[in-house]
Amino acid sequence: MIGFRRGEHAAGSRVGGMGAKGVRKEEERRRGVFTRRALLLGLGQVGLFGFLGSRLYRLQSEDGERYKTLAEENRVSARLISPPRGRVLDRAGTVVAGNRLNWRALLVAEQTQDVGATLETFSRIVPLTDQERARIEREVRRRRRFVPAIVREFLSWEDMARIEVNAPDLPGILIDVGTTRLYPEAEHLAHLVGYVAPPAERDMDGDPLLELPGIRVGRAGIERHHDLLLRGRAGAVQLEVNAVGRVIRELDRREGVPGQDVQISVDAELQKALRGRIEEGTSVVVMDVRNGELIAMASQPSFDPNVFNAGVSGAQWREWTRNRATPLINKATNGLYAPGSTFKMMVGLAALDARVVTPADRVFCPGHMDLGDTRFHCWNRNGHGSLDMRSAIKASCDVYFYEMAKRAGINRIAAMSKRFGLGVDLDIELPGTRRGLVPTREWREAQGKPWNLGDTIVHGIGQGFYQLTPLALATMTARLASGRAVQPHLTRAIGGRAVRGVRAEDWPSLGIPERDLKLMRDGMWAVVNEDGGTGKTGKLPGQYGAMAGKTGSVQVRRVTREQRERGYKAENQPREWRPHALFVGFAPADNPQYAVSVVVEHGISGSAAAAPIARDALVEVFNRLRVTPPGPRVADVRP
Amino acid sequence: MSGAYERRLLTRDRGTGVLQKLWQIPWSFVLLLCAVAAVGYVALYSAGGGAEPYATKHALRFGFGLVLMVSIGLVDIRVIARFAWVGYAGGIALLVLVLLHGNVGKGAQRWIDIGPLQLQPSELMKIMLVLGLAAWFQRASWERMGNILFLVPPALMVLLPVGLILKQPNLGTALITGMVGAGVFFAAGVRWWKFAIIAAGVAVAAPIAYDHLHDYQRARITTFLDPESDPLGAGYNIIQSKIALGSGGLWGKGFLQGTQGHLNFLPEKQTDFIFTMIAEEFGLVGALSVLGLLALVVVFCFAVALRCRHQFGRLLAAGLGTNFFLYVFVNVAMVTGSIPVGGVPLPLISHGGSAMLTTMLGFGLLLSVFVHRDAEFGPARD
Repeated sequence: MIGFRRGEHAAGSRVGGMGAKGVRKEEERRRGVFTRRALLLGLGQVGLFGFLGSRLYRLQSEDGERYKTLAEENRVSARLISPPRGRVLDRAGTVVAGNRLNWRALLVAEQTQDVGATLETFSRIVPLTDQERARIEREVRRRRRFVPAIVREFLSWEDMARIEVNAPDLPGILIDVGTTRLYPEAEHLAHLVGYVAPPAERDMDGDPLLELPGIRVGRAGIERHHDLLLRGRAGAVQLEVNAVGRVIRELDRREGVPGQDVQISVDAELQKALRGRIEEGTSVVVMDVRNGELIAMASQPSFDPNVFNAGVSGAQWREWTRNRATPLINKATNGLYAPGSTFKMMVGLAALDARVVTPADRVFCPGHMDLGDTRFHCWNRNGHGSLDMRSAIKASCDVYFYEMAKRAGINRIAAMSKRFGLGVDLDIELPGTRRGLVPTREWREAQGKPWNLGDTIVHGIGQGFYQLTPLALATMTARLASGRAVQPHLTRAIGGRAVRGVRAEDWPSLGIPERDLKLMRDGMWAVVNEDGGTGKTGKLPGQYGAMAGKTGSVQVRRVTREQRERGYKAENQPREWRPHALFVGFAPADNPQYAVSVVVEHGISGSAAAAPIARDALVEVFNRLRVTPPGPRVADVRP
Repeated sequence: MSGAYERRLLTRDRGTGVLQKLWQIPWSFVLLLCAVAAVGYVALYSAGGGAEPYATKHALRFGFGLVLMVSIGLVDIRVIARFAWVGYAGGIALLVLVLLHGNVGKGAQRWIDIGPLQLQPSELMKIMLVLGLAAWFQRASWERMGNILFLVPPALMVLLPVGLILKQPNLGTALITGMVGAGVFFAAGVRWWKFAIIAAGVAVAAPIAYDHLHDYQRARITTFLDPESDPLGAGYNIIQSKIALGSGGLWGKGFLQGTQGHLNFLPEKQTDFIFTMIAEEFGLVGALSVLGLLALVVVFCFAVALRCRHQFGRLLAAGLGTNFFLYVFVNVAMVTGSIPVGGVPLPLISHGGSAMLTTMLGFGLLLSVFVHRDAEFGPARD
């Protein structure tokens, strides 16, 4: 430590084996290199600071005046222009979801000193409830301050006049005309077209459009499925506004892209006629067998989608959701039913496909089939005698199809059903459509229960675990009639351009031998048109050609032996215990064009309740579509 | 090499005592930092419309940071050099942790919650990288710096954190980290032509990398090139920031009078766009003064580097200076619309605890270099 001073040691006093001179030289060299480079780095950085300074000089001094006018006296305000929402048109080009003008009062928070005071003054002119005020204040907080919030919609002329007169006392309030959704057909197409509602927090997907006041998003049906297409893209204006918010001039304008019109395949007039024909608890689906287009799809009861526009009241909502007839639910896509005898074609085809029967093979029906000590009854207690496939369909003999199911096995029946669109996703444009259920042995075993032969037999006549929608049954019928794997769909054209799937050739063949399909169609023809058929009530008036079809009725409650012995009559049961009535059919039988499925809840008999509805529906279809012919031609719907 | 002499040296240094070391702390620099932080206080007061919610917190954080900084400044630089590796490894570990368990923001994993603090390991990593590189290069001779094999490990030391930060994915911070690394390499004496080769490589690779960028990152680049193309989305920030800056003019609109900021045209005015707020309210004069203060901080870093007698301290100081510079440059260039928006705060001025702490940690290291500028390290080796 003695004689040691700071600053000396680096130069002189290293210890160790190395030559002190070499160490010092190396150190100096290293230091020299570092000094040069550090100076370069430092100077470079100072130079870049200079660049920032010059940049600031240009922005703040040279261009300062320009920006000053933009910001100080006339603040630039960017506003979105909401594009008109695309319309929904029916098959004939009639607007079924359109827009109408809506005068409303808006509040721009940045243009008032005190939002609360402005609202206070406003409510003295047009009364606001506490709820409304809470909503407005919430919207103001949530949005950017230049995005207007809606104070009141659907203003009357009197209210507007009063607001205009008091404008000086209402800073930040402006009157504006927006659009609101209008469904001219009201409840007739509600289940298909759906409805719109203000976006919720979770809908905010980053699209600035959703921040606009009065914007609506599709909540159900076509409105929801095609929401992005219908919505369009927001335009923008940059406005110069003075301190009180008066627009001085428009700086820049970018037009938005209006939403595209969507044309659906349903015919509104037909739909209306059909809905007039059916009662509560009934659903009908009419489909073009050649391309899967849905011509009509009715479910009773329904609701008025216009109500959603202004917001549904709690009382209205409770009424809808508590109503046992479920008006909000489209029974055609969400009602699940056992198909009953309408399913017998699937069993027959499965048996033919498995080569466990030939069309000519006969089965004797004594009125029941015994398995162990269980007896399975035919609906005809007296028995049908000896039947081949065609006559078994015509008479809807249960014993014949018990036998077919026994021979084919449940999994072959399930496989055949899937080819016909049963129990699979049909991928239709109606969000929430139920897939239904077609049981297999594995499905049952996955529940930890065994699959018994008795189960197979019951499923041979479409009873048991099956859960199918009327839409699925219509799809099955269309595929039977066309032999093609047509998918049900509603979209016909978007923005005036036809979508794929309009031509029959767009759909692949099912790969079922034509001979088998023909046999089924022939059996179905006999059901409606031959003496002894179960569906003669569905026979079309002569000029419309012949319909082929199949009836069905399914118990919703087990009928016990005692009940049978005491003389069970469905008509005497309480309504909700009566069996459902079903019918599927297509016409014309020799050149199939339209398939129809009908489910009448608690209608007791397919023949009495469902078949006449199918008949009337098809008559209506032929009457209507002669005016607007079907097929690939799509009307240019844009104005 | 570790003879009695060295031990004696260490003993002697310790013997100088804490008080004497405190006397050696460059209090003028501390005062400079206080001035910068005071600017931050004023700006945050304006951004928050009062001392709450930002300004008071800012002052408290800075106070805590000062204590941290001075404490680190008293630690012997050789101890820091010895544990540089630990710091580097710790930084890497945190980066890995944030990838596995971090919180997601704007589609990226960036921070970890440690109690009330949100730690952004990528911020810390930049300091630790400088520390690690300085430790690696401290004893390398000029000849050794020419040996390409000797440069492979430090290159990996840079690429590893850069890769991890890219993975977050945080392109801006990854680039800054890479540039900080390059700065230390340059200061350490890596030959010029090697930089030329890498620059050429980057020029070739950039278009390929562009294909792999996230949509939001590409959007930043395209809106940078033409901000008006998206006046309501990503371009909104840049347009509004430029209007605010420009309208400030020479003398500004006055404290609390910035219309753009106070009417909320200006986004994130307490963090990324704080400089815009200052420039709007205090004008070109105010903005250039703040820029000048920040430049002084950088200059001080380099002054410490040049004054230092050991390579470790020189590299550390130069690296920390470069890091601080890049922070400031990227932020101010961003708000003036000179480079794409990158989400980089302005150190010591923006609201945010994590950035403040890491900045002060770095300056603590810088103070240690200054206080121990004459400390003894072993000689350079080949």
